[in-house]
Amino acid sequence: MTNGARAAVEQVARTSYGRLVAWLAAATRDVAAAEGALAEALAAALAAWTQGGVPDRPEAWLLTAARRRLADAARRKRVRLAARPTLEALAGDGLAADDAAIPDRRLELMIACTHPAIAEAIRAPLMLQVVLGIDAARIASAFCVTPAAMGQALSRAKTRLRDAGVPFGVPDRAEWPARLGAVLDAVYACYGLAWDDLPHGGGPGDLAREGVWLARVIAALLPDEPEALGLLALVLFCEARRDARRGADGRYVPLDAQDTGRWVRNLLGEAETVLARAARAGRPGRYQLEAAIQSAHVARRFGAADWTAIARLYDGLVALAPSLGALVGRAAALAEADGPEAGLAALDAIPRDVAEPYQPWWALRADLLMRLRRCAKAAPCFGRAIALATDPAVRAFLAERARAMRAARRRPARRSAGSAVAAGGRRS
Amino acid sequence: MQMMMAFFETEAEFSARTDPERSPAYWGAWMAYMDALRAAGVILGGNPLHPPATASTLRRRGGTRHVQDGPFADSKEQLAGYVILEVPDLDVALAWAERAPCAVTGAVELRPVLTCPGS
Repeated sequence: MTNGARAAVEQVARTSYGRLVAWLAAATRDVAAAEGALAEALAAALAAWTQGGVPDRPEAWLLTAARRRLADAARRKRVRLAARPTLEALAGDGLAADDAAIPDRRLELMIACTHPAIAEAIRAPLMLQVVLGIDAARIASAFCVTPAAMGQALSRAKTRLRDAGVPFGVPDRAEWPARLGAVLDAVYACYGLAWDDLPHGGGPGDLAREGVWLARVIAALLPDEPEALGLLALVLFCEARRDARRGADGRYVPLDAQDTGRWVRNLLGEAETVLARAARAGRPGRYQLEAAIQSAHVARRFGAADWTAIARLYDGLVALAPSLGALVGRAAALAEADGPEAGLAALDAIPRDVAEPYQPWWALRADLLMRLRRCAKAAPCFGRAIALATDPAVRAFLAERARAMRAARRRPARRSAGSAVAAGGRRS
Repeated sequence: MQMMMAFFETEAEFSARTDPERSPAYWGAWMAYMDALRAAGVILGGNPLHPPATASTLRRRGGTRHVQDGPFADSKEQLAGYVILEVPDLDVALAWAERAPCAVTGAVELRPVLTCPGS
């Protein structure tokens, strides 16, 4: 029975954590208190369910238990004025214990977590914690900071959520695009960490599944927002190819050399379906374009990738969101479509001071110069790309290419599509 | 909720208050802004303040009283006035802050009013 109860508690915690926190925090905006009450309720559930069996509606059981704890805590504090709404809300206006229809307020919670008054760097961690219940230590390891620093930053952000006057609701039409954008960016940041991390992850810092989960939640909450669907399609495409970026021996494998048999079919299929649904709205956006680029890349499993089409998609992306990654991705696509000179020209058009610290810029430059057999110029670019790469497997890959270039100086250059940008860029 | 909205101005704006050339524009903008706040019924109170040169700052250290001529903090933008607003949330307050004449040159700080326990 213990195992059954534990499994039931874990199951509800996994699927319902954010829904319960969102509901509990809605009245007071006190996310920390809501989380504390829910943690106590989960602990109580383990004991109660072990003895008396899992209730019919475990979620409602937890909500009732957490609400009681929240009310007790507010009473103990002699009811600060700010806590009065909690008590009123908890005194039982709507939800009976057996009411399974708990309103889903996760969207409001996510919008609050990404409010302009919350520092951008803490939005993704905050969302991971309050929507998915991931502990600070695990988030810290994904974001490469100490658990203490992450804990402090999260607690500061929650204090702001509670006291700064951040509204807990859906913003009006004028603000909606910007606020939705902030939510999507934070979800993508959660996934992007996992993507940059090693594949086969599974370590404590591997948040890929959580990133995909959040993207699914937001797409389910906003089925008519093409960009929410675009983001889901994008992370599904990435997730499908994640493990194929490494060989069996841990070697780095660039996109053009990836074994298409290792791409996860059902994820690719789902990504295509979601992207097609997004496109039907006729409102393109950054995430839809990024997903469309991924879709064009994985078309290679049916033959060759259409680089002219990819370059055109990058044109659209750069016009909407001219990030450094998009500019370098566009240069790589142009190199494939129109030749290495075109790629180099696109790289040169990026302001040098912006491009200098960006590893993929150097990696692509090295690759294009090599293909033009300008080895003397390519060599130092390889050096910079290797020095800037954070992933040892990418460093090894680039070092090997630089060695091969020196060895092959008098032999005809071998063509290799887009592999240099693959040795760095997220869009690889 | 009650929110303090504090206005911070630069030296140039403080001097515009009494400069015959610039003062009509300066006061015109502030009067229009305050009228808008009053018309919306969101303002509970507040005041403009004399320039920072008129400020006195006191500290007691080791039983001795130190009075400094000037404001607490030495910075480019100085407190020029404040109002207390009654607003539903930070977003509404931010929208008002955005319209303040000093938002483009100085800064506007928003701080929720703390309601003391037992009050």
